[in-house]
Amino acid sequence: MIEIKNLVVEIEGNRILNGLDLTVNDGEVAAIMGPNGSGKSTLSYVIAGKEDYEVLDGEILLDGQNILELEANERAQSGVFLAFQYPLEIPGVATMSFLKAILNAQLKARGEAELSTPDFLRRVRGAADKLQIDQDMLKRALNVGFSGGEKKRMEILQMALLEPRFCILDETDSGLDIDALRIVSEGVNALRDGKRSFLVITHYQRLLNHIVPDTVHVMSKGRIVRSGGKELALELEASGYADYETEAA
Amino acid sequence: MSTEAASTLPAARLFPAEERLVEHFRNLKPDLPDDESGRLRRDAAIARIERDGLPNRRVEEWKYTDLRTLLREAAAPAPRPDARVAETARADARVLAELEAVRIDFVNGHLVAAGDAPAGVTILPLARALEESHPALADFDAVEVARGNALIDLNTAFLGDGVIVHVSAGRQAGAPLHLRLVNRGEAPFATAVRVLVIVEKGAALTIAESHEGDVAAQPNTLVEFVLGDGAKVEHVRINAEAAGALALSTVTAMLGAESNFRSVNLVAGGSASRHQVFLAYGGENAHATVAGVTVISGEEHADTTLVVDHAVPGGESRELFKTVIDGDATGVFQGKIIVRQDAQKTDGRMMSAALLVSPGATMNNKPELEIWADDVQCAHGATCGELDEELLFYLKARGLPQAEAAALLLQAFVGEALELVSDETMREAMNALAVKRLENRS
Repeated sequence: MIEIKNLVVEIEGNRILNGLDLTVNDGEVAAIMGPNGSGKSTLSYVIAGKEDYEVLDGEILLDGQNILELEANERAQSGVFLAFQYPLEIPGVATMSFLKAILNAQLKARGEAELSTPDFLRRVRGAADKLQIDQDMLKRALNVGFSGGEKKRMEILQMALLEPRFCILDETDSGLDIDALRIVSEGVNALRDGKRSFLVITHYQRLLNHIVPDTVHVMSKGRIVRSGGKELALELEASGYADYETEAA
Repeated sequence: MSTEAASTLPAARLFPAEERLVEHFRNLKPDLPDDESGRLRRDAAIARIERDGLPNRRVEEWKYTDLRTLLREAAAPAPRPDARVAETARADARVLAELEAVRIDFVNGHLVAAGDAPAGVTILPLARALEESHPALADFDAVEVARGNALIDLNTAFLGDGVIVHVSAGRQAGAPLHLRLVNRGEAPFATAVRVLVIVEKGAALTIAESHEGDVAAQPNTLVEFVLGDGAKVEHVRINAEAAGALALSTVTAMLGAESNFRSVNLVAGGSASRHQVFLAYGGENAHATVAGVTVISGEEHADTTLVVDHAVPGGESRELFKTVIDGDATGVFQGKIIVRQDAQKTDGRMMSAALLVSPGATMNNKPELEIWADDVQCAHGATCGELDEELLFYLKARGLPQAEAAALLLQAFVGEALELVSDETMREAMNALAVKRLENRS
C-alpha cells in the first residue's frame, strides 16, 4: 500500500504540492488527472526521488516505510518505478547493456544472484516480443533516434523486467498514436496482478479507455480535490478542467 | 625603451630546455648512421630550434602547452637496450596483447624485432633505408601544414630508429600491423621514432600503435601516412605510458583521391602529452575520420592538436574528441579546418566535448575554421560541462547507485568516440583501458 500524507513541496521557492493526500491500495490502478501545471509531474518526480524538489512536509509510505529518506536508487530498489514522460536518450550506452546493468543492480540490492547471459537474453526477448520491440531497437543506443512510441515502449519494457511493486506512469500516452497506445496499454495491463499498484498520470481520458482505473483522482493546485471511480474520468472529458482551476484558487 | 632593452639581449637566447637539447644533439651526432642528406636534415632541424627557441605559451599554437617548460628536463636519447632487456620488455608488453597481428617492436626507441610481413607488405628498417638513401625517404614530410612544427623538428634532429611500411597497389594486408613501443629503465630518457606508411592505390591496411612502459620516458614519435588513390587505412594509437612520462606524438596523412583514412587515439597513461594530427587532402573526394579519447586526472596535462587541410574538392572530414578531466588535470583541444579556394563541396565536421568531473579540472577548447571556398559545409562544436543531472537521475531511478550511474555515463561518453574503431579487438581493448582509467580516477 502507498500512502501519501500531507505532502508539501517547493521548487525554487514556488509551492507546487500543497498538502497532498493519496492512498493507493495493493493491486489498485489509481489515475490522476488534472490541468497543466496542477503538479502531476512533480508528484511523480518527488515519489521517484528527484533532488531538485524541496519537501517541506509530509510523508510517502511504501508498505509503511517512509521512502522520502531514501536515495532515488534505493527507492527503485524498494520497488518504485517511474515511467518517464520524456525518456532520456543516452548516446554510447547500448540498450542491452543498460538493461543488464539495471536488472543486475536491482538483483544485487535484493541479495539475489545476477542473471546468466542466456537467462537475461531470454527474459528480455520474452518481454520485448510482447511490446513489439524488435532486435534492432535493442541493439541501438538507449532511446537514441527512437520515435516517441518506441521510447514509451522501452519504458514499459524496463518496467516489465524490473517487476516493481509500485508503477508510476507519467503522461505515458503523450505523443502516442492509437496503435502505440494500444501496445503500451496491453503491456501495462499484463503487469496487473492484483498485488502491484499503479499510479497513472494523464491529462486526457483516452488512456483510461485502455488502462481502466479502479479510482480516479482530480488534482488541482497541488492537491487532490476530488476522487471517484472510473466514471469520473468520463465526466471530466465532457466538462473539462475549468471548474477545478477556479475551485481551488 | 623597449628597443634598447631588446638590443641588449643575445640574438638567440637559449633556455635550459634548448641548452640541454643542443648538448644532447652534439653528443649524439658522432654515432648517427645516416647519409649526407640525412645529416643535413638533422642539422637544419636543430638549427631551427637553436635559432627560434622551443615554442612556448606566447606562440599561438602552443598557448596551452608550453613545450619549453615541458622539456626543461629534456633527457638524453636512450642507448640501444641489450638483448636481455629487449626480450623482457617484449615478453611483458600487455597493451593489445590479445590482438592477432604482425608485431614490430621498439624498446627504448630502438627497433628490436619485426615479424614476417604479410603478403603484399614490406617492412624496411629505417636505419637501412637511411644508409641506402632509399627512394621511399622522398615521401617524408609530405604534409605541408606540418612543416616547421617543433615536435617534428625534434623528431628529425634526434631520429633514432623507425620503419618504412609499404603496401603494394591493390593488396589488402591480411593481418593488422602492431607497432609496439615499450620503454624500460630506471632514469628518464628520450626516444625519437619515425614510421612512414605508404599504402598504394587501392590497398588497405590496419595498423595499431601502442606505447607502454615502466619509466618516465620522453618519447617523440612521428607516424606519416601516404595514401594512394582509393587506399584505406585504419590506425589506432594507445598511450599507456608510465606515470611521469611526457608523450609527444605526431600523425600526418596525405590522402589520395577517394581514399579513406581513420585514426583514433586514446590517452590513458603518462603525465603530460601532446598528440598532433596533420591531414592533407591531395586527391578529390577523400574521407577522413579522426577521433580521440583522453582520460586524465591528478596534475596531468593532455593536448590534442589537429590541422585538416582541404586543398581539393569533395573532401570529407569527421572529427570527434572526448575528454574526461578529473582532479586538477588540464585538457587541451585545438582543431583547425582549412578549406582552400579550390576545395569546393568540402564537408567538414569537428566536435570536441569535455566532461569536467572535479572542481579543479580545466579544459581549453579551441576550434577554428578557415574557409576560402564558397560552396562548403563545415561545422564545429566544442562543449565543456559536468555530468548531466537529468541523465544521472534517470539511471538512479532505475536502481543504479550514484557511482555506478556516473561510471556508466562516463563510459558512454568516451564510448561514442571509441565506437569509431572498426576493428573489434582493438575497440574492446581500448574500451577496457578507458574503463579501467575511469574506475581509477582521483
